[in-house]
Amino acid sequence: MRKPRLLYVPFWATYVFLYTPIVVLVVMSFNAGKSPYSFDGLSLKWYGKLAGNATVAEGLVNTLIVAAGSTALATMLGTLLAVGLARHTKSRLLDGLGVLPAVLPDLVLAIGLLVFYAMVKMTLGLHSVLLAHTVFGMAFVTAVVRTRLTHSDTSLEEASRDLGATPLTTFLRVTLPQLMPGIAAGAMLAFTLSIDEFVIAFFTAAPTTPTLPIVIYSMVRFGVTPEINALATLLLAVSFTVVIVAQRMTRLTESLS
Amino acid sequence: MTSSTVSGATAKQRSRRSRVLGRLAFLSPGLAYLIALMLIPLALIISYAFFRRGRFGGVVYELTGENFTRLLDPIYLDVVLDSLKLATAATLIALLVGYPTAYLIAQLPARWKTIALIAIVMPFWTNFLIRIYAWIVLLSGPGLVNTVLGKLGLGPFEFLYNQGTIVTGLVYSYLPLMVLPLYAAIEKLDPQLREASANLGARPARTFASVTLPLTLPGVVTGCMFVFVPSFGNFVIPELLGGGRSIMVGNLIRDQFLKARDWPFGSALTLALLAVLIVLLLLQAWSARRA
Repeated sequence: MRKPRLLYVPFWATYVFLYTPIVVLVVMSFNAGKSPYSFDGLSLKWYGKLAGNATVAEGLVNTLIVAAGSTALATMLGTLLAVGLARHTKSRLLDGLGVLPAVLPDLVLAIGLLVFYAMVKMTLGLHSVLLAHTVFGMAFVTAVVRTRLTHSDTSLEEASRDLGATPLTTFLRVTLPQLMPGIAAGAMLAFTLSIDEFVIAFFTAAPTTPTLPIVIYSMVRFGVTPEINALATLLLAVSFTVVIVAQRMTRLTESLS
Repeated sequence: MTSSTVSGATAKQRSRRSRVLGRLAFLSPGLAYLIALMLIPLALIISYAFFRRGRFGGVVYELTGENFTRLLDPIYLDVVLDSLKLATAATLIALLVGYPTAYLIAQLPARWKTIALIAIVMPFWTNFLIRIYAWIVLLSGPGLVNTVLGKLGLGPFEFLYNQGTIVTGLVYSYLPLMVLPLYAAIEKLDPQLREASANLGARPARTFASVTLPLTLPGVVTGCMFVFVPSFGNFVIPELLGGGRSIMVGNLIRDQFLKARDWPFGSALTLALLAVLIVLLLLQAWSARRA
């Protein structure tokens, strides 16, 4: 079939639209001058400034603590919940409840948690962000593991039970190993989403414990500085690497299985 | 089961007990967590919307409907309507740009298809705030766009801080969420259907209107939901790109909780936001059942 030529205009326009801002950010991060708008020669000085920025470093550490903690909690709770939903109930209501945090607008969850923390008189800090991030992280882990369970073969679990294994042994030695790729994928998703999450963290963090997105938000509100460009470029490099590595890994596992 | 050695009744009892235990062990931790940190918070928002605001910002537990009558105040109603307008505009633009893009990606050879799709998703995996910041750099007074236009003898224009900038930011942030479901729907489409339509003498426009579009409608609806929902409740993009002059319902909610300390009214606004989204979800479910 003939490919409509005219369609190439919006096609390329989309990519130009998506990448122009990113390219400009990266180029300007190597700018020697102070102006974020005109390029005055190559330099790495903004990276040096960034390295000495204690607020950014602190935000990064906070973000990593929250992401690691909430991912661990979300992976455990989500995996159990997914197995429970797939094997121990037929309730569609519970099924919907399990993924609700993933579809609920972040602002609604953020406000609900802020009100809840105030009601139980919990002080805000990293722990409150960690608990909040676990809510949506768990929903994504549940969803991914749940999908894997519906496609998995139950005959191995039945065989294990027929051979006299206790339910616990069956879960630990048969179900869990089969689910590992799904659990890993869900955990990775929860981790990346937590690292990038702003709205919920903004409402549930204490002013003294900002996560990296909150630090970026205050920097951006404060004004345009080339230091943000340097930070942006570093973050871009990390996400691009992660996406490419993840892509390679899925292709590898696909070709192996 | 070693049912031959155990009497039938005990085996049944035991299997029932293990079923109950299994339910408890697997379902209760996650469900308890969701009840404590999602359902109770949601219930709090719903109930606070019916209470009165205390004089110093607390909540007075007196039933009232005044938070909802206040929603109809033109000051607030205009903000809600503006948010609807901006989110709808962003959704339609994303659809108009995203559909042809997704259509072309679906026609590419397999290798290029993957690359094209990754390139669509990649910006989405970079920090949301930094993507917004990039637009401030591009569009501000001495920014790149004005510099290029200046070379052509045009401008400089004041691009930043108006509703158009907000829409640009929304489209930029959520376009990948439009392209992916569209691509999935177009990819599933059997090319023979289009060929049959062409062979029967339909012109491309006719084939698109009577074959391609109706069959990919579920993807269109999903993509529109994915763009509309995060756009409608957004407060970051209107704040950073809208310059505070034209605020959306998300800003209003944020201010009620963090600045005005009027939690009951903020809760009523949150419920209004949820109501709009629930209506849309029901519409989506309805259209999916029809398709």
